[in-house]
Amino acid sequence: MAHAYELRCRECGKRYDNAPLSICDECFSPLEVQCDLEAARNTFTREAIAKGPSSMWRYQALLPVPDDYVAPTPAGWTPLLRAPRLAERIGASNLYIKNDAVCLPTLSFKDRVVSVALANAQIFGFDTVGCSSTGNLANAVAAQAARLGLKSYILVPSDLEPAKILNTQVYGAKLVRIDGNYDHVNRLCSQIADRYHWGFVNVNLRPYYAEGSKTVGFEIAEQLGWRLPDNVVVPMAGGSLITKIRKAFRELIALGLVEEKEVRFFGAQATGCSPIATAVKTGADHIEPQRPSTIARSLAIGNPADGVYATRCIRESGGWAEDVSDVEIVSAIQELAETEGIFTETAGGVTTAVTARLYAHGRIRQDELTVTCITGNGLKTTDALAGAYELEAPVRPRLSDFETYLEEQNEEQELVFGGVRVS
Amino acid sequence: MKSKSSSLEASVSVRVLLPNAFHKHTNGAREVQSNAGNLPELITEIETTFPALKTHLRDEHGQVRRFINFYVNEEDIRFLGNDKYAFKDGDEVLVIPSIAGGCCSCCSYCGREDCACC
Repeated sequence: MAHAYELRCRECGKRYDNAPLSICDECFSPLEVQCDLEAARNTFTREAIAKGPSSMWRYQALLPVPDDYVAPTPAGWTPLLRAPRLAERIGASNLYIKNDAVCLPTLSFKDRVVSVALANAQIFGFDTVGCSSTGNLANAVAAQAARLGLKSYILVPSDLEPAKILNTQVYGAKLVRIDGNYDHVNRLCSQIADRYHWGFVNVNLRPYYAEGSKTVGFEIAEQLGWRLPDNVVVPMAGGSLITKIRKAFRELIALGLVEEKEVRFFGAQATGCSPIATAVKTGADHIEPQRPSTIARSLAIGNPADGVYATRCIRESGGWAEDVSDVEIVSAIQELAETEGIFTETAGGVTTAVTARLYAHGRIRQDELTVTCITGNGLKTTDALAGAYELEAPVRPRLSDFETYLEEQNEEQELVFGGVRVS
Repeated sequence: MKSKSSSLEASVSVRVLLPNAFHKHTNGAREVQSNAGNLPELITEIETTFPALKTHLRDEHGQVRRFINFYVNEEDIRFLGNDKYAFKDGDEVLVIPSIAGGCCSCCSYCGREDCACC
C-alpha cells in the first residue's frame, strides 16, 4: 500500500488509489477504505492514544488522512454515561449511553464523518462541497465547510424541521430544498456529483466519510476501560454507522487493544421507515425500499445504501432489529430526558424505545453490558414535542401565590427552611 | 436502439441516463435513446449496444448486480412494478449504482470472511 490507506471494492476486491470515488468501475459495487493495520500497529497503542487530543482525532492513525494532517475542528470524544435511572425503568442493570447529542461542533454524530470527509475534500482539491441530508449532516457540512473556507451546497427534503434548516443557513451554506423525500435528494446528488467537480461528502467522498463513524466504536471501547460491551444498540438510517462500529471493534481486536469478544449488534428504526428492521425480521437478504412516513426524519431513508450490510452485520453478530411507532418515539424522548437528563432528537427516541423493547422481549438480558447510541440533540427537533407541555399562567412573585400554585398542582409540598428540608 | 418484442406496440421512446461508473465500458456515452417496452428489454438492449458492459452488469449467476438501481422519472422502478412496468413514451430512465460505505462480512484486517485473526 503506497499510503496507509486505500480504496477497495468490497465485492470484487479491486484496489484503487485514493480518489473521490465511491463505486467500483468493474462491478458497480461500493468502495470502502482499507487501512493498513500493520502500519498502524506501532502508533495505534493505548499509550499513544491517551496522549492524543481530547477529540476523535486521537484515533487519527486509523482514519484515512495523512499522518501529518492537523484537524481544525475537535469533533467527537463525547461522554459515555452510565444510565442507572433509565436502566431501572426498562429492566436493565448495566446500561450505558454514548451521548453524541453533545458532539461538537453541531450536536450530532455527523460531525465525526464530516471531519474526515472534508479533510479529504481538501486533499482532493475541491473548493465546493455538498451533501444530501436529512438535517444533521446538513448542519455538520455547513459548519465545518465554513471553518475551512469551502463553499457548500446542501440539498435537503423540503419538509425538513425548521431548526435544521436554520442551523444550516446560519453558516452561509447554500441550502437547496428539494421537492421530494431523502431518497429523491440522494439520487439527485449522485447525478450532480457525476456532472460537477464538487465533493459530496456522502456520494463521491462516502468511503472516507464513513470511516469517521469508526470513532464511535473506538471511544466506546476506550471509555469502557479498553473492553468491548456485550451489546450495542444503534439507530439506522442508511445503515452505515452500525457496520462501522463493528469494524472499529474488529480493528481494536486485531491490534490487540481489546480482548476478542463477539459483540451483538441491535438496530433501531421507526416503524414508518423500517426497511432494514423489516429485512432482519423477515430473514430477507435484500432491502425492499419503503416510502418514509415518520417524525424521525433523520432516519427516514427508504432505500438505505448500507442496508444489506447492516442486515448482515446484525444477523452475523446474533443481534436483532426493532422498529417503534411515532408515539413511542416521543415518549422515549421524554423518558430519556426525565431519567438521565439527556435531551435527544427523534432518532434518539427511536433508539431509546427500541432499547426498552429489546429488554422487554428478553433479547437483551438485564445484566449484560449494553451501550445505546444517542446520535443527535433534541433542540433540533423540538417540533416533535409540540403540544406535549402546557404553558401555564404566570404566578405573581409572592410566596403566598407560589404556595397556592403548589396546592393547585396537587403535588407533594416541600418547604425549605434554612437549608433543612422538611416535608 | 430498437426493441424486439415491443415492435408491435405504439412507438415508445425513453431516454436512458448512464452513470459515470459505466462510461469506461460505453466509450464515454452518457445517455442513449431506447424503444424498450420494459426493464428486462432495456437491460438486454444496453448489453447489446455495449457488449463490454455486459460482464460487469451481471454477477456470476447472470443476475443484474444488486447495487444497480433503476429509476423512471423521479420514482424507483420497484415502486412502479419493477419488471412489469411498461415504459411510457418520454420516460427518463436513470441508472444509478447504490452508494454505500460499509461492509462487515469481511475482516478489515485480512480481508477474508472466514478470518481467524480477529
